[in-house]
Amino acid sequence: MHGLSAEEIGIVLLSLRVATVSVLVSLPFAVLVAYVLARADFPGKTLVDAIVHLPLVLPPVVVGYALLLLFGKRGPIGGLLNDWFGIVVAFRWTGAALASALMGFPLMVRAIRLSIDAIDRRLETAARTLGGSHLWVFASITVPLALPGIVTGILLSFARGLGEFGATITFVSNIPGETETLPLAIYTFTQVPGADLQALRLSLVAVALSILALMASEWLTPRRKPKAADDRR
Amino acid sequence: MIDVDVEQQLGGFLLQAIFCADAPVVGVFGRSGAGKSSLINVIAGVTKPRRGHVRINDVTLFDSEQRINVPSAKRRVGYVFQDALLFPHLSVSANLMYGHRLHAAGAHFIEPGRVIDVLGLAALMARRPDTLSGGEKQRVAIGRALLSQPRILLLDEPLASLDVPRRTEILDYIERLRDEFEIPILYVSHSVPEITRLADAVVVMSEGRCLAVGDVDEIMGRMDLKPYTGRFEGGAVIETTVTAHDPGDQLTTLGFAGGELTVPRVDAAIGKRVRARIRARDVSLAVQRPTSISILNILSGRVIAIRDETGPVVDVQLAVGEVTLTARITRRSLVQLGIREQQPIFALVKAVSFDHRSTGYS
Repeated sequence: MHGLSAEEIGIVLLSLRVATVSVLVSLPFAVLVAYVLARADFPGKTLVDAIVHLPLVLPPVVVGYALLLLFGKRGPIGGLLNDWFGIVVAFRWTGAALASALMGFPLMVRAIRLSIDAIDRRLETAARTLGGSHLWVFASITVPLALPGIVTGILLSFARGLGEFGATITFVSNIPGETETLPLAIYTFTQVPGADLQALRLSLVAVALSILALMASEWLTPRRKPKAADDRR
Repeated sequence: MIDVDVEQQLGGFLLQAIFCADAPVVGVFGRSGAGKSSLINVIAGVTKPRRGHVRINDVTLFDSEQRINVPSAKRRVGYVFQDALLFPHLSVSANLMYGHRLHAAGAHFIEPGRVIDVLGLAALMARRPDTLSGGEKQRVAIGRALLSQPRILLLDEPLASLDVPRRTEILDYIERLRDEFEIPILYVSHSVPEITRLADAVVVMSEGRCLAVGDVDEIMGRMDLKPYTGRFEGGAVIETTVTAHDPGDQLTTLGFAGGELTVPRVDAAIGKRVRARIRARDVSLAVQRPTSISILNILSGRVIAIRDETGPVVDVQLAVGEVTLTARITRRSLVQLGIREQQPIFALVKAVSFDHRSTGYS
């Protein structure tokens, strides 16, 4: 197996950066949304739930196009970001991260919500009667107990970010060195005659990264220690 | 002082609890579904009643008229749940300290060292909740509640998920903390022996209402409450003191204001106060003092009331010294012996009719 070229390493690093940033940005929102969906009851909850899940069922191209309309330089949100903060996401790697974050969001929310649903709510009640404020109980009881779901959510969203293609290419195009992530690069190579080997090499890198991510999540997921028989009386 | 007057609609169930009790241990007694847990949730601020007030030691925690509703985090109630509810991701020591560190150091009046000592938790501190036995979990839960510096301890059927030996053990610990810390305890239970042993005042609940409030001996002896305290279990509760042990025959003598009772060995030191429950069905009556009889306890008294219902069974209330006993006899015996109110009588109680359920002691 040949070592990776500087160009290939650049593509891998960009992909990792896009996926990592997308996870970091979406995680707090995902935990919050998952908590609200799991715990609160309010009119329009079904609608919020549906909107959160939209990226899961919409064609990714539609999500990318919507991002382009909203976050383009002249879009309603993109225009404001540009005017007020000088932030441009369209056709930048940050835009790729935004697209990845959005596509991975429903996966993250689902995993975390399942975990929160499994928590005995009376544990939170107990913590409250012991003097914990809502925020403190959330931070000291709910989040730690939802940790398995949070880790799963991070992994799913990260993997989704590494593999995201449709929304990314529609929103930020395929600019080498800026927005050309792993799947986009593989796609490009498959479109060039005689570049099959490069496509294959990058595909193998994608496989390796996915396996690493899976192993990392296995290693990170907190497990209750198996109950030793002699410990129980 | 616990002062509660609340009304709460829970689906089809109406909780209308009114009582006032001032005692070290207030027992809330009733069958399952009587509204005991709903009552405790209202006091703890877990649920909000639609009307009424909750006051503990003259501190108002809830008052619908004054629009006061202290959030449960600020109520300082030590709520101990039936199934302990320890935080599974924290060690025993972190569980214990959870509420303790949420209160400013100046507000502490209960220190961890004392709690660990009284509840015997020292050896458990580094353990994880899932490695504890049921009794150990409950002890940690009680310690955790105590360390949150509560004005009152709310114990919701703390023995319900334990086996019988563990129950006695936890009862011992609850007695120790009652004597050690000056915190009123509200003890919710459906068990007559537990209430008899621990509670000084009793609130009887049924279908969301408080039927009666009073001292434990008065409540357990009241005939009109028998359907709730249990017809089969009906009887009297008397305050006794352990006066002697007979190691040879393994018997214990309990003195009370009216005489002495000889019972199978009770595991309590001489001088210790023990409440003994004498079930009405265990009391026989004799017009003359019987001789040559196996029954060890022959108490001389006077008939004060005859509860004459239709049916084969009659409850006769007797005064023995300062205490009141109830005897359940057949109507035929009542008629044959010609028992009338005010007549002198002898109450016969078999020693073996006492068991751990009579005193709460093994």
